[in-house]
Amino acid sequence: MDDIICESRAVGETVAIIETSNLTYTYPGGKEPSLKDVSLTIEKGEFVILTGPSGCGKTTLCRCFNGLIPHFYSGKLEGDIKVAGHNVSEHSIYELAKNVGLVFQNPENQLFALSVEKDVAFGLENLGLPRGDMRKRVDWALQMTSIQDLRERAPHELSGGQQQRVAIACVLAMQPEVMVLDEPTSFLDPLGAQKIFEVIDDLNKKLGLTVILVEHRLDLASRYANHVIVMDEGKVVLDGKPLNVFTSERARLIGVGIPKATRLYQVLQETGVHLSGVPVNSREASLLLQEVLARDRG
Amino acid sequence: MSVFEGFRFRKVFSRVHELDPRVKFFYVCAVFVIAVMFNQLLPLILLFFIQLPFVLVAGVEREWIRSMKGASFLAIMIFLFNFVFTYFYTEYPTFPPSSSLLEYSLAMTLRFLVLVESFSIFFLTTSPDRLGLALEQSHVPYEFCFAFTTAVRFVPVLAEEAQTIMDAQKARGLELERGNFIKRIKNYIPILIPLIVSAIRRSLELAEAMESRAWGATDKRTNLYVLKIKRGDYILAMISICMLILAVYIWIFLRDQIPPLIPLITT
Amino acid sequence: MIAVRDVYFTYPSNVEALKGVSLTFRSGDFVAIMGQNGAGKTTLVKHFNGLLKPTKGAVIVDGIDTREESIAKLSRKVGFVFQNPDNQLFCETVEDEVAFALRNFGFEKKAIQKRVEWAINLLGLTRYRQSSPFMLSGGERKRVALASVLAWDPDVVILDEPTIGQDYEQKEKLRQFIVQLNAQGKTVIIVTHDVEFVAECNPRVVLMAQGKIVGEGVGKQILTNRKLVAEASIVPPQISQIFMGLTGFGLPTDVIDVYEARDILLDFLEGGS
Repeated sequence: MDDIICESRAVGETVAIIETSNLTYTYPGGKEPSLKDVSLTIEKGEFVILTGPSGCGKTTLCRCFNGLIPHFYSGKLEGDIKVAGHNVSEHSIYELAKNVGLVFQNPENQLFALSVEKDVAFGLENLGLPRGDMRKRVDWALQMTSIQDLRERAPHELSGGQQQRVAIACVLAMQPEVMVLDEPTSFLDPLGAQKIFEVIDDLNKKLGLTVILVEHRLDLASRYANHVIVMDEGKVVLDGKPLNVFTSERARLIGVGIPKATRLYQVLQETGVHLSGVPVNSREASLLLQEVLARDRG
Repeated sequence: MSVFEGFRFRKVFSRVHELDPRVKFFYVCAVFVIAVMFNQLLPLILLFFIQLPFVLVAGVEREWIRSMKGASFLAIMIFLFNFVFTYFYTEYPTFPPSSSLLEYSLAMTLRFLVLVESFSIFFLTTSPDRLGLALEQSHVPYEFCFAFTTAVRFVPVLAEEAQTIMDAQKARGLELERGNFIKRIKNYIPILIPLIVSAIRRSLELAEAMESRAWGATDKRTNLYVLKIKRGDYILAMISICMLILAVYIWIFLRDQIPPLIPLITT
Repeated sequence: MIAVRDVYFTYPSNVEALKGVSLTFRSGDFVAIMGQNGAGKTTLVKHFNGLLKPTKGAVIVDGIDTREESIAKLSRKVGFVFQNPDNQLFCETVEDEVAFALRNFGFEKKAIQKRVEWAINLLGLTRYRQSSPFMLSGGERKRVALASVLAWDPDVVILDEPTIGQDYEQKEKLRQFIVQLNAQGKTVIIVTHDVEFVAECNPRVVLMAQGKIVGEGVGKQILTNRKLVAEASIVPPQISQIFMGLTGFGLPTDVIDVYEARDILLDFLEGGS
């Protein structure tokens, strides 16, 4: 009775960039572990969506990816976790920062400096990069996130969406192999959220940056993902391709907000109308429905 | 509050804004030293007017006037205190008080105003990040510079938050203007506690973000910007040194010959 | 109940946030005020309990001009649940927190006890009664904030962005709760940019953009109107997007609900176009 959908990958072609094995973590003073026996593999270049009900452990897991757990949060970490070839427990956060970047939920509380430029350079300054290299990387990061015109602005003058793009540029400048984003669009309106997803998708496709996106708003985000992980109560309960995860009964039972397009597919199936594929966004749903309706008409 | 307005940096560009904060600070110190050296009205008046060109070149007249207006209340207090207490201490019971007493009190007031003037020019024309950079390059430990610029960066955020909290509590029937003195102070608890809790939460999030961007990776932290001393800075430094030298010369050799101003005006 | 008459509002920073807004809310209405961040939605609703007073025009609440009444008195009728509960929580226990407004409004001790009990039960917070609100999770804190507003039983309840940061389950519960509140006769106004959430509630929708109202009416009609949606820069609900791609088949375009969509498609396939 294996509830977990785990897809076997073609061995040899793909490189795992994050591997966890029986990862269990309890916060200091916590009565129960926040992560229970989490084993997963994320390949280089994947666009992963990590989702699940509030309190399921997604945020805790993100903090394990860049070393905040166990180095910043102490507590008890058991099991193994390797990120970009480094064993997280054995490397300090600043060492891991070169490989993994973390973008947080609240845009305001990640920006320290009085100009966007200086903020983007912050991580590089911490690493002690020479000024010439920093200048190049800052310009590059601003360009990749399309915010060159915001260069001299102060963070407080920017909208939430602009601030998040700055936060992404700040992390990007450090040229990590993995970017983890913990509910980056919580405070943004749908249009702002879409822009952020487009930027991230762009980075994923153009630079081969591995993206791990924690999100509730699957309606907007699911079209970009090729790997979905669902957690519940500290455990991984679903892990695989978006199609399979969204259509699984388990997802609905847990209370994952599957995309409406997929939901429509499901309710139609229940009444005997079958589409030739499973849509995760509105465009796909339209195309599949057009097929069925045209068939019926003609 | 308006006296603080005169110290808040405005994003304008002028020659004075471009000057290195370290040199500007040296200038402010020079003015301070000179102001403290002299008790006489005449040199202090000169010192006051010498600084006005800076205000004009920097284009910060409006804010500067606001800060001087704000300081005027204190200035009047200083004048009255000086005048009254020195009178009772020295000249009483002779009446009327002498013109030299009047002159002395005016001089003390003007000294205060000269200092407000120079500090105001400094803060009005120096952006906080340049100031932070100046601190860094003066070998102040980076933690302090960072704390300084981050604090300045969050001032508008905190101000907005305080307003939101007040609105939220007012919407629950909290009336801040009502009640006696003690009740009014108690009424601020529902404002302060959420502010403090939020500040603590914010600090935690900031710390996470800092760590995630390699804070502490190396002792030899570099900087995207660098302050370079340019021609304008040398000029300002020269002016300051000349002023100092001139002041010292006058003080050593000519101080007893400085004429009191009031008799000059009234005759 | 609430009448907004050609209201203009400019912030002290000289930003004109409302440019001639006129609206009416009747008792028992269920309205969603929608639009992009910065459209003026929150600015508008802050006029309903007097937090903001119009620069031009007037807001009349239950016959009283808001400029002539204190915020406290207006709040008695118009309850405002702020977006971030942490902007309100300061008491040592959840009980005290819920009682705070009641004390401010001058309720009697016995009445306070009864109402606190009722509100705490209503929001499922009984076991947290003596807990510190700071120790609760995000979702629980939101419920405490909601309880503290419902406790004084205002006629109008305004919720500012109630769905931010909430997962699907929490939103579902919230939706059911709001519908229930409205069914009990309360006027419910939600300010939100969450189209999917509004699509499921199907209230009356007021669409705002740049300080003006660009559209007002039944949810399904407003959210499926391409022109209005573009003007307000909002993303239409997914079901509506799907049907926009099926116009060639003569299907209605004002569909926002999954089950309605299914029924329409089934009708089409069984009956014929």
